Amino acid sequence: MLNKTLKQLAAQLAAKEISAVELATEYLARIDALNPQLNALISVDREKTLAEAQAVDAARAAGQAGALAGVPLVHKDIFCQQGWKTSCGSKMLDNFISPYDAHVVEQCRKAGLVTLGRANMDEFAMGSSNENSFYGPVKNPWDLNAVPGGSSGGSAAAVAARLAPVATGTDTGGSIRQPAAFCGITGIKPTYGVVSRFGMIAYASSLDQGGPLAQTAEDCALLLNVMAGFDERDSTSLQRDKEDYTRDLAAPLSGLKIGLPKEYFAEGLAADVAKAIDAAIAEYRKLGAEVVEISLPNTKLAIPSYYVIAPAEASSNLSRFDGVRYGHRAAEYSGLADMYEQTRAEGFGWEVKRRILTGTYVLSHGYYDAYYLQAQKIRRIIADDFQKAFAQCDVIMGPVTPNTAWNLGEKNADPVAMYLEDIYTLGVNLAGLPGMSVPVGFGSNDRPVGLQIIGNYFSEAKMLNVAHRFQQVTDWHTRAPAL
Amino acid sequence: MQWEVVIGLEVHAQLSTQSKIFSTASTAFGAAPNTQTAVVDIALPGALPVMNKSAVEKAIRFGLAIGADINKKSVFARKNYFYPDLPKGYQISQFELPVVEHGAITIRVEPPKGEAYDKVVNLTRAHLEEDAGKSLHEDFHGMTGIDLNRAGTPLLEIVSEPDMRSAAEAVAYAKALHSIVTWIGICDGNMQEGSFRCDANVSVRPVGQKEFGTRREIKNLNSFKFLEQAINYEVRWQIDQIEDGHKIVQATVLFDPDTGETRMMRTKEDAHDYRYFPDPDLPPLMINDAWIERVKGEMPELPAAMQARFQSQYGIPAYDAATLTASKALAAYYEATVAAGADAKLASNWIMGEISAQLNREEKSIAECPVEAERLALMIKRIADSTINNKSAKDVLRWMWESPKTADELIAEHGLKQETDTGAIEAMIDGVLAANAAMVEEFKSGKEKAFNALVGQCMKAAKGKAPPAVVNEILRKKLG
Repeated sequence: MLNKTLKQLAAQLAAKEISAVELATEYLARIDALNPQLNALISVDREKTLAEAQAVDAARAAGQAGALAGVPLVHKDIFCQQGWKTSCGSKMLDNFISPYDAHVVEQCRKAGLVTLGRANMDEFAMGSSNENSFYGPVKNPWDLNAVPGGSSGGSAAAVAARLAPVATGTDTGGSIRQPAAFCGITGIKPTYGVVSRFGMIAYASSLDQGGPLAQTAEDCALLLNVMAGFDERDSTSLQRDKEDYTRDLAAPLSGLKIGLPKEYFAEGLAADVAKAIDAAIAEYRKLGAEVVEISLPNTKLAIPSYYVIAPAEASSNLSRFDGVRYGHRAAEYSGLADMYEQTRAEGFGWEVKRRILTGTYVLSHGYYDAYYLQAQKIRRIIADDFQKAFAQCDVIMGPVTPNTAWNLGEKNADPVAMYLEDIYTLGVNLAGLPGMSVPVGFGSNDRPVGLQIIGNYFSEAKMLNVAHRFQQVTDWHTRAPAL
Repeated sequence: MQWEVVIGLEVHAQLSTQSKIFSTASTAFGAAPNTQTAVVDIALPGALPVMNKSAVEKAIRFGLAIGADINKKSVFARKNYFYPDLPKGYQISQFELPVVEHGAITIRVEPPKGEAYDKVVNLTRAHLEEDAGKSLHEDFHGMTGIDLNRAGTPLLEIVSEPDMRSAAEAVAYAKALHSIVTWIGICDGNMQEGSFRCDANVSVRPVGQKEFGTRREIKNLNSFKFLEQAINYEVRWQIDQIEDGHKIVQATVLFDPDTGETRMMRTKEDAHDYRYFPDPDLPPLMINDAWIERVKGEMPELPAAMQARFQSQYGIPAYDAATLTASKALAAYYEATVAAGADAKLASNWIMGEISAQLNREEKSIAECPVEAERLALMIKRIADSTINNKSAKDVLRWMWESPKTADELIAEHGLKQETDTGAIEAMIDGVLAANAAMVEEFKSGKEKAFNALVGQCMKAAKGKAPPAVVNEILRKKLG
């Protein structure tokens, strides 16, 4: 039962072969059994979950349940959810019970999806290993010594370990794609503006984008149908007609032009990752796709550009956590400035402090032009590079990460080494493009490898089609870790 | 040494929108603390700002009213600093690209000594921003209360060029600006409630020197009187400092109305680095020509245009037209009076004269005038048709001020109706002539003075109720 997909579970619920309460109860049992070792979820509230499930069952009995009603999920702890602790992985918000729902949470609630719990994450979504959580690191279900990736590490680990069929996540520099790759599941970061950021705690506003994590591309499409849509409460939400992201899933891939950026296969890419990616590309050729070499010449510049822009925005976004109105406040302080200092010194972890300091520095008088403005120019150039590439191909493919999941603690002492692991994912966020991760095998250490699919703006349906067809002829996405 | 004063003003006008600039919470003044706050206003995690269209339209209105450039693209920026009543830790404002730039207004300056004169003051810019909340230091022993009802209230910050050369000019400019923003309906102008607050940048330099002196900024002046007092104090202080051999240090100062002095708040050295950058939550504000045209179509007639129309439509002199268009309410009162049938020039005289004088004595605005335009019009009609003379009219106006009675009721009540039956007046005059034969003789022997004496006798006999012109005419006729 727990290996089933969102689509299969929805069908069973609709046929009344199982009730939402029964399903939730099974998942809660698995969470009880496995979460203590995985640490994938921060909050579990059996009563709330069962109450939600009961309401769905009642709605179904009254003939008022939607197509996905009763399927359980976990929300990344970055999405405000009324009545739930919404900590964002931080001590700063350890006591924050949200009084309102994020747009994404509201949409899921309306669709009848049942909340199983709140997924662990790097504090304020800053991190690539999920080791920056106040609640401790998440373990990779494939290898408990490995990191699950970040920042949506809890979401990815929960889906991989079958603690939930699907999860919500967010991606600012790879935070959906990279943990999906490390945990051997499927995830998509939509075009910037497709999923409302209302109620999604901001890390870097111009880069943050919510999206689904699931076993299959088809499930991603189904959950994205729920999450996406215009929301007037987010000024960067795009006013477009509602799309059905499943509409092209079955379309044939003959004639599909796949661009392989040579910079994504250059020095730095581990041989075992390259091998798995090459095998996947070979599979696509069999499906009728053509492969062309393309160039994204400024790929390397994505790292410095991202690590200026994201911290700059974060330094301002996180100013509201000041101990005045909610969240953590230092127990002892003398005067206002000291209250701010003690509160923020106690409430934030090291990576968050590092990025606030970096961001504050690059926005300072005299440095703004040299860092922030320069980074914005590079951002433009990187976006232009992608547009030139899309003149030659329909989708871009490459690895999500240069290496498979590293060991817990391995890169903690050297933050820059960890930043360099983001090289293939950052460009997508800087350009605002959609990006996906699809499981395509395992590395030499038996840890999963993810294939990245990058599409042009609003081509999510096409990307999901490209991923789905691959999953029709391969079984990587059906593999589950032995726990 | 002769000193020249240089003043530039920054005015914060609170825009009279229903809801806040980036949230749906109400902007009404005086509610219980923290009751008018949406998730954006208390800066909950995940809350996002959404631009209030009405605030933008009010900024466009202002730009149109002062002949400014309305930027097709303007950008919201974050001004970062920590303060308990600034919930997000940054204020959303406009920095590099404001919504309105340039423009000018003509002010009428009435200096303490010398003739009144007109002067053009240029504006640098006007930009949209949000207000902060309030810190309440009283009522909380050793603690500070925070009220976020005001947080997110829309403001238009209007920045002038350093064009003013005296406190009188600064006050005239502030008053003119106040009149414009209230006239075009973008600000209620209530200075006590903080809807219109001034910061004054003041410096002095020797007459003839080109470079500006070092300025000090006086913050948060919320009355014209304080603006004048603060500038005058600051100017004297700066001149004294320089003449005593000290240098002026750039600083922000506060005016204390109790002592009439300014005192230092902070110098430039300890000024914040606000780390401005474009707000990634708000796309650039784009204003197209169609939008500007639509707002233009909704604009009320501006004072200058109304003044010209008053001259041509009502045939009143330029001075009258200028005075009557000093405020929208006064102009409306005048137009209503004329529309109710009053002679245009008589109405102008009475409104600029007796009505204004009485309102001034009672420190009332025209909106609070107890005599409605219709009642005033009737009284003026009774002057024009000679029912009452000017002297009686003054009494009638005074009584109308105190009671809701009409001019006709008061004229009847007090028996003020003038005699208009010429037969009766003739008979009365005949009686006077018969009783004053000696005076008649004097007149006939060429003493013109005697005529005036006879008129006086006639008026006395008529108890003031005969129109003097009619009495004169009949008397002339009878005496040949």
